[in-house]
Amino acid sequence: MVQFFIDNFPLLRDAFLKTLELSVLAGLLALVLGTLLAAFRVSPITPLRGLATFYVETFRNTPLTVVFFFIIFGLPQIDFAVGFFTGAVLSVGLYTAAFVCEAVRSGINAVPPGQAEAARAIGLTFGQSLREVVLPQAFRTVVPPLGNVFIAMVKNTSIAAGFAVTELTASLQRLSNANGGDILLVLVAVVIGYMLITLPTAYVVGRVERRVAILR
Amino acid sequence: MSTPVLFDLPGPRARARIRIATVIGTVLVVALVAFVLFRLGRNGQLDPQRWSVLFDPASGVPQALGQALLRTLRVAAVAMLFATVLGLLLAVGRLSDHRAVRIAVTTVIEFFRAIPLLVVIFALYFVLPSFGIRLSTYAALTIGLVLYNMAVLAEIFRAGILSVDRGQSEAAYGIGLRKSQVMRLVLLPQAVRRMLPVLVAQLVVLLKDSSLGFIIGYFELLRQARSLVEFFTPRFGNEYTFQLYVAAGLIYIIVNVLLSQLAKYIERRSRRSPKTAATTALVMPDAPSVTGQTSI
Repeated sequence: MVQFFIDNFPLLRDAFLKTLELSVLAGLLALVLGTLLAAFRVSPITPLRGLATFYVETFRNTPLTVVFFFIIFGLPQIDFAVGFFTGAVLSVGLYTAAFVCEAVRSGINAVPPGQAEAARAIGLTFGQSLREVVLPQAFRTVVPPLGNVFIAMVKNTSIAAGFAVTELTASLQRLSNANGGDILLVLVAVVIGYMLITLPTAYVVGRVERRVAILR
Repeated sequence: MSTPVLFDLPGPRARARIRIATVIGTVLVVALVAFVLFRLGRNGQLDPQRWSVLFDPASGVPQALGQALLRTLRVAAVAMLFATVLGLLLAVGRLSDHRAVRIAVTTVIEFFRAIPLLVVIFALYFVLPSFGIRLSTYAALTIGLVLYNMAVLAEIFRAGILSVDRGQSEAAYGIGLRKSQVMRLVLLPQAVRRMLPVLVAQLVVLLKDSSLGFIIGYFELLRQARSLVEFFTPRFGNEYTFQLYVAAGLIYIIVNVLLSQLAKYIERRSRRSPKTAATTALVMPDAPSVTGQTSI
């Protein structure tokens, strides 16, 4: 049993690193795009608002598996073929961006109107008041919900297993022919692998939250 | 919805700027759409003949997709039913006065919320056979969905029960009701009204997750579309591939948007209803945890 684990350790380690890489890259993409979308959603320019609303509503109501499907099998139809791993990063990132946008927007709405009014009153433009006054406060209030979105995203990266990315969940499938005790060990290893990412994330988010918290 | 305080009522110059930006924005959005349509058109994907297969009963496609939608809905309905019942029991268990029950139930809930749903499904489908239990893809998918969602729903129910004003249960105890009566007659009826929109929203999540059946090979919408493609490809090449995938995706989106709208409608109605007056707005516990409170 231990021998089985030692034999398959390189496979599990690589799978874990793949999941980690996928999570970090997709998380960055989601954070940047989600913040941009949130800015669009509160902007005075109607088409941008419409575009962002459409984006969020579409992705929130589409299963992530379908997003994978469109990125990996649909994009080649408009001559943009992407590899499986790039496709997975794009799918998870684009999907999560919709949820990041909603979290950030709820944060923007939670900033008391007086702040934005004061920013306007001292003559800041829309961009300035958003950048200098509203967003810095909004990000502080959205640390916990954002953390939850990212933890949920780490769990969602498992879907990449169905699309030829050899991450943690895929290793479970790959080793599933082993006999009972051994495969159970793999299952435990996979679960621990996910915890190794989510537990520290939750810890860091908690620390950051206490650090930046503002009393209102 | 925008936050109007972020910008003043625009004056003439600002209005002109916004108008220009609006034009540029519109042009950009239109250009993006036109570009995608152009690329699709160049590859012949917009050919009406290619799309007509979706509506032509002789090809068997509408029937196959219809049945696949029914299978998807059946998995979602069965899973939701069991998850609701089990979730309710777990929620009551987590609020129990007995420490042992509380700890056991909390462990179960946190465990199933901490691991990805696909891992649960894989464990049921690939690991259980090593122990001599062989599940069909339908059973593995449904049980996986039930285990995961009962844990999520348990937390929703708990938040709902806790949202009922404490005076309600105090009054109920005051007139001599027993613990189970307080829960059954006073707390749950009020909590359920408050939770209804969240429950429908969770149904959307569940319906979305049922597409994981694709990965283990249960014939839900996506897998059905894929198998139709595999059926057509030897005879027609890639002729209908894109159309079938778009159809499957659109069906998901339409069903889910309708459900989301229903959730919003119920929420608006329940907020006005006097029957939820003794509950506070449902606030899910918000601290970040490994289990990730948001189900996305």
